[in-house]
Amino acid sequence: MKHSFLDQYSDHNSLVHRFDPRSKLLATLAFIATLVVIPTGSWPAYGMYFIIIVTLILLSRVPLLYILRHSLVIIPFVVLVAVFIPFFKEGEVAFSFNVWGWYFSVTHDGLELLWSILAKSWLSILGLVLLTSTTNFASLLLGLERLRMPRVMIMLLSFMYRYIFLITDEAMRMKQARDSRGYRRGWLRQMSTVGNMIGTLFVRSYERGERIYAAMVSRGFDGHSRTLNSLQFGRTDILFITGMILLLGIINLFTLFF
Amino acid sequence: MRELITVENLSFSYPDGQQALIDVNLGIYEGDSVAVVGPNGAGKSTLILHFNGILRSNGHVKLMGRPVDDDNLKWVRNSVGLVFQNPDDQLFSPTVFDDVAFGPMNMGYSRFEVEQAVKRALGLVGMSGFEKRSPHHLSVGEKRRVAMATVLSMAPEVLVIDEPTSNLDPRGKRDLVDVLKGLSITKILISHDLEMVRELCPRMVIIDRGRIVADGNTNNILTDKKLLITHGLATE
Repeated sequence: MKHSFLDQYSDHNSLVHRFDPRSKLLATLAFIATLVVIPTGSWPAYGMYFIIIVTLILLSRVPLLYILRHSLVIIPFVVLVAVFIPFFKEGEVAFSFNVWGWYFSVTHDGLELLWSILAKSWLSILGLVLLTSTTNFASLLLGLERLRMPRVMIMLLSFMYRYIFLITDEAMRMKQARDSRGYRRGWLRQMSTVGNMIGTLFVRSYERGERIYAAMVSRGFDGHSRTLNSLQFGRTDILFITGMILLLGIINLFTLFF
Repeated sequence: MRELITVENLSFSYPDGQQALIDVNLGIYEGDSVAVVGPNGAGKSTLILHFNGILRSNGHVKLMGRPVDDDNLKWVRNSVGLVFQNPDDQLFSPTVFDDVAFGPMNMGYSRFEVEQAVKRALGLVGMSGFEKRSPHHLSVGEKRRVAMATVLSMAPEVLVIDEPTSNLDPRGKRDLVDVLKGLSITKILISHDLEMVRELCPRMVIIDRGRIVADGNTNNILTDKKLLITHGLATE
């Protein structure tokens, strides 16, 4: 079965693609961290952040529509968490309504907070989508490793990336096999079948893990993993990362003090 | 000819009590190309797991005259290259290069040596230029050949391959047989594919229910219809 790549467009070539994964990781982290600490309702600052990220997207030549589509994935989750905020925040009431004798009121402050949270999370996810569409997963992992992320985490991520599609395939095949044997819908019956499938999937993955380990041990694996360092932190990277941090710093200082 | 692998009176049973091998005796010589054939569950995979010390039965298996034990495991695994049946178990790295380089890096090669070994191994299996690809986007035949390269990059003395042609379409199988033919290394193939065995292996061993029931010239064994039928390798 065919799956879309997690890191589609990451094999293209552009200025942004050529940056060292480490500088892209650091820049993304800086982008999100500085965005988070900006006070709510600083719309000019959000606008600046938007301009920065759009400029980078245009430079990367990744289709805008693709990034837009992928960035929207996060919105339902944020809405789910944030939608109640306008009802609880105290302040001047914007409007209120009556449902079967219950009074609900929405405040201006609450609404502003909701919009700010939406804007911040959307901008952050834009940054992350840009990172993963301009860096392939292998070099992303290498970058994380060079940034001293613990080895165990790197291996965990690398195995996840390698096997997630295989496990999905296995689940899909099991579903097809189930459906072709005249599976009937029904809440209770469905629950027990799904339970069995998850159990089977777990046992199979566990056994696959044992086989993979045998294959690793056969090739001399002794618990230490070794990699070849092949990253180049060049002058453009230094320019990029200092430029980003300066720009983000200036925006934040202005919104905080003026 | 030098004897590479010696198996003497090897018996093995799994922790659940299932007797997988019973008194197996076998010698593999340098330059051999041996097929190990047998019905499902006969003990073929259990046998090859003994060749590189994943399974151990004190002293019954020797490599170049030295018993396989805890002290020489590293040397054993560098000398006997095992290619597992499912390439998705064999290939676990994000890129083809990383996977083929895994063995040489564990052997402590320098960066230059690793790159040379990877280049050579991928060349041997006809997969040069696939270094940056991700294993899960390869076809089954390509995965099989990369899986072989992951072991060949360690320059082993013996190549042991479990079911190399299962799940392959005729062209994939043809390509793989041609690659195997071109390798001058000592080979042990586990297979049900008698057509491929006839083409690649002058010597053939049949295992059934944990015992070796035939060992000899492939052409002679393949003409013994009665033997093949008794051990589930042919139908009447």
